[in-house]
Amino acid sequence: MKLLGEKGVQKILLVTAFSAISALLLIALFIIKEGLPFLITYGLGDFLLSSDWQPQSGKFGILPMVAASLWVTLGAMIVGAPLGVAGAIFLSEFAPRPVMRVIKPTIELLAAIPSVVYGFIGVMVLAPLIRSSLGGPGLSLLAASIILGIMILPTIISISIDSILAVPQSYREGSLALGATVWQTIHMVTIRAARSGIIASIILGMGRAIGETMAVIMVAGNAVKIPRSALDSVRSLTANIALEMSYATGLHREALFATGVILFVVIITLNSIAILAIRKRVGKR
Amino acid sequence: MNAKTILLPLLVLSILLNGGCGKGKTPITLAGSTAFQPFAEKLAEQYMSTHNNVAITVQGGGSAVGVQSTISGAAQIGMADLVVLPEDAKALTATVVARDGIAVVVNPANRITDLTTQQVRDIFNGKIRNWREVGATDAPITVVSREAGSGTRSSFEQIVTDITLTKDALIQDSNGTIRETVANDANAVGYLSHGLLNAKIKAARIDGQECTNETIAAGKYTLVRPIYLLVKGTPQGEIKNFIDYILSDPGQQTIKANGLIPAK
Repeated sequence: MKLLGEKGVQKILLVTAFSAISALLLIALFIIKEGLPFLITYGLGDFLLSSDWQPQSGKFGILPMVAASLWVTLGAMIVGAPLGVAGAIFLSEFAPRPVMRVIKPTIELLAAIPSVVYGFIGVMVLAPLIRSSLGGPGLSLLAASIILGIMILPTIISISIDSILAVPQSYREGSLALGATVWQTIHMVTIRAARSGIIASIILGMGRAIGETMAVIMVAGNAVKIPRSALDSVRSLTANIALEMSYATGLHREALFATGVILFVVIITLNSIAILAIRKRVGKR
Repeated sequence: MNAKTILLPLLVLSILLNGGCGKGKTPITLAGSTAFQPFAEKLAEQYMSTHNNVAITVQGGGSAVGVQSTISGAAQIGMADLVVLPEDAKALTATVVARDGIAVVVNPANRITDLTTQQVRDIFNGKIRNWREVGATDAPITVVSREAGSGTRSSFEQIVTDITLTKDALIQDSNGTIRETVANDANAVGYLSHGLLNAKIKAARIDGQECTNETIAAGKYTLVRPIYLLVKGTPQGEIKNFIDYILSDPGQQTIKANGLIPAK
């Protein structure tokens, strides 16, 4: 044990801490280095606002992918956020503690299921169901939204539970003592006090949804067009990169890196908002 | 002290890595077409069992990678399954080692058995949108295609000609997922390498010709693409020997036994 000593351990930990940051920095630099020249020569406006994606004829417009990513993420929020927040309220406020202690880790286990498995279930069960009951090709915006909505549940539920439980018991007691009902106490006091934590959980879930690739490729159908209905097939930004990267060369490859730059900017923005929201919560206490 | 603890493992590691390869064997790297990759791996294995002076590595990456890495020298032999080789490949020596049929496939529940090339073109262009228009049940057609850059897709579009893929087309990124999608959707139509046909999907006759080894070999079935091996300059030495082996009877037999059509 003496071999390393206090100082040695400190230095090793320092190196480890910096390796994580430098990895992030390297990734960011690499994506920007590969993608930025394309954005400059092709033009950010043409790239973002054109809906023609035909790499073979030199047309690179990612508007359908941007639209798809936003719609899929919104869809996942519509499915996942109400379910997640409601589940968190039930587990923290109503369910007996022993029940919560069993259910919460079980839900967190959902996060450990590989996304390819979610995708497989989507292809085998959900898509045929949508095709036979609602029409369309089945592999669609709707299928992707439902699958992603389920995938983000663990993030939303576990962070929401933690922030609801962090609300001091005296708040609830005070509210009840003033004659408020249990439900009034929950939605006017508890939820309000835990609000920034719940918002942060939803934003983190959103980050997960927009960055998910494998499950989306499998269930969304990957057609390059701006969706007109939830039953249309769509291709997200992440799917666009993953689908074509293995074959792409030259300008096409640069365009995919540029897609990565756009995705990176979107995700950084979302994460910064989440971090700010969490800071606000900590500051309040 | 600190420098030593870091340097020592690095030193050991570098010795291990250096010792791992080499030993006087001539290395040959193949890269490119994922359709030919499994065949190349089998052929390399057979070849190395009788010629232990070479070490052949087979990598995928797609036809475009095959062309690029041969030009850059990252691979000695590039594999490409394209009907028309790109401009950059003009400088390379291309040898046809096999041929591959592309089958247009539908769900077994679909009544359709025959399509003309014109109908295939119109379906993939999005001009024909309902199975009724080609004589089957009244149901919307779900077009399934491959991603941009895929060798199978560019071959398909070049042989059928004048295809601007409909924007409604679903995109799948491998022959296998195309097969799964078509097998799961009664209204779907897609295309894939004919060696991968199975009972879960049905190949349509094109212009009256069934997609089989015989019709392809006889030149009757039209959706056929060549598989090229690309070499920088003239093939020499071990590289030439390996290509000669693939073109020899045992090599071509391996190709045939695993579902491709021999070059001759």
